[in-house]
Amino acid sequence: MSDVRGLAAEHVTVSFDGTPVLTDVTLRIARGETVGLRGASGSGKSTLARVLAFLHSPDRGHVSLDGTPIIGARFRVPPQIRTRVALLFQSPRAAADPRLRLVDLIAEPVRATGAARQEARHRARDLADRVGLTPDLLDRRPHEVSDGQLQRACLARALAQQPDYLLCDEATAMLDASTQAQLASVIIDYQRHRDAGVLLISHDPALLARWADRVVDIADGRLLAPAPR
Amino acid sequence: MIGETATATVTASTDRASVLRVDGLTVRFRIRDGIVHAVTDLSLTLHRGELLAVVGESGCGKSVLAHTLLGLLPANAAVSGHAYLQVSPDTAPIDVIHCGERRLARDIRGRQLGLVPQSPATALTPVRTGRRLLEETLRAHGSPRHEAAHQAERLAREVGLDPADLDRYPFELSGGMAQRLATALALAPDPAVLIADEPTTGLDRPLVDHTLDVLRRRCDAGYAVLLITHDLRAARRVADTVAVMYASRIVERQPVDRFFTAPAHPYSAALLDALPERTFRPIPGHPPMLTALPDGCAYAPRCPRATARCARQPEVTTTESGAVACHRPREEAA
Repeated sequence: MSDVRGLAAEHVTVSFDGTPVLTDVTLRIARGETVGLRGASGSGKSTLARVLAFLHSPDRGHVSLDGTPIIGARFRVPPQIRTRVALLFQSPRAAADPRLRLVDLIAEPVRATGAARQEARHRARDLADRVGLTPDLLDRRPHEVSDGQLQRACLARALAQQPDYLLCDEATAMLDASTQAQLASVIIDYQRHRDAGVLLISHDPALLARWADRVVDIADGRLLAPAPR
Repeated sequence: MIGETATATVTASTDRASVLRVDGLTVRFRIRDGIVHAVTDLSLTLHRGELLAVVGESGCGKSVLAHTLLGLLPANAAVSGHAYLQVSPDTAPIDVIHCGERRLARDIRGRQLGLVPQSPATALTPVRTGRRLLEETLRAHGSPRHEAAHQAERLAREVGLDPADLDRYPFELSGGMAQRLATALALAPDPAVLIADEPTTGLDRPLVDHTLDVLRRRCDAGYAVLLITHDLRAARRVADTVAVMYASRIVERQPVDRFFTAPAHPYSAALLDALPERTFRPIPGHPPMLTALPDGCAYAPRCPRATARCARQPEVTTTESGAVACHRPREEAA
């Protein structure tokens, strides 16, 4: 079970204040694969993404990375493991530090690897170009740009740490069709280049049909058996 | 069917059924390094019973349009043009742009022009329960105390909120419940025109559909809704008319069926093509910055149909079904 390369939740159970949110969930994302995750509001999708990104420690079960169980969450997880998984949220407004200029928002994970400020900013400019942010926007702060522009910056920030797994929690739901298609193509290019695994949480059947290799349904904290192909 | 009615109302744009007529609206923001051209020479007419969806990429000026109509712009905004609100054919139209904040606050905002805000979580005061908020609003708009309680529950049911959840505080509600509460609050004064600014952001599909259907029923009952959205599928589900905004201007207006099957503006066509169920290809290039709009057509640098003519700003031309601002609209070539 744990001998394959991949990011996996294994028999994960999470409850908040005694209310079960995830019950015995096992889900594996292989390198290079795009797994769609679909479910109603409150079905546990976002909690599963947070568990997989080491932001929340499950009550039972664990997350494993390439077969190695990872115990604990957040700063208890060594940075070289933590940074292999990036999470992109639905609302960039809530996710982005409002004090940082976009260039520093993107450069921060590069700086965290020990790079000098100038080098990190240089990398940030390259990444910004890749996600379609024009250079004039990089000196602005989050409140001075649109949601679409800020989400591009958040994607650049996520890619800056060169993750092997990218978890997108409704990351394009609030974007217009063109921006959604553009961010999708940036992610797909990165995925090919890096052989990265992607978890795509979405309500949109057309998006899942177009993008995901397989789709898993979740309801009331349990994964449903996959539909026969 | 929807398309047919919309065609009829659009062509008869000066009829008595118009409830909101925006004429040459222009909004500029003065910022540190220049001027943001947020809305430029925008005209549109909203009719009784019509659901008009304004769609476009993020940052094209859609939300500024909503805030301008409600007089909610920050102090660095300069507004010109007119927006005439005429709630019934027998009353004189009021220009909400020039009528002054006092009049707007007392008679119009909330009462005749309702707003469903983009992020209900930040729009609702956290220190009152949903029930108090709703009853307070209803009573401020003339409901006697004993009726307000009853009406609050009726409104909650209308938007799909369990009346029992009204006893919770806004921070105890999920995003979808907060959205429904905000919708109920906007409906409480029974406004002639409801402006819904991205009312479905963050909701899952069943809730999106539910919220949209509430707006649709509102129009079917003879009210008017201006739906501001990035979600083309939302527009397709409930709109009578679609207006496409690009770089501060409305570049196309069509009945909904026609918009989805035969868009006239190349930008509309490219936006539709970017949908995952179509080609899923982004529009090449970037929208221009609203601080540095080109002299001519703002879409020309990204447009495969652009010619030398496009260096001039295209006029808005009325077509058989709607209107388009393009030197080479698509039907011309077909």
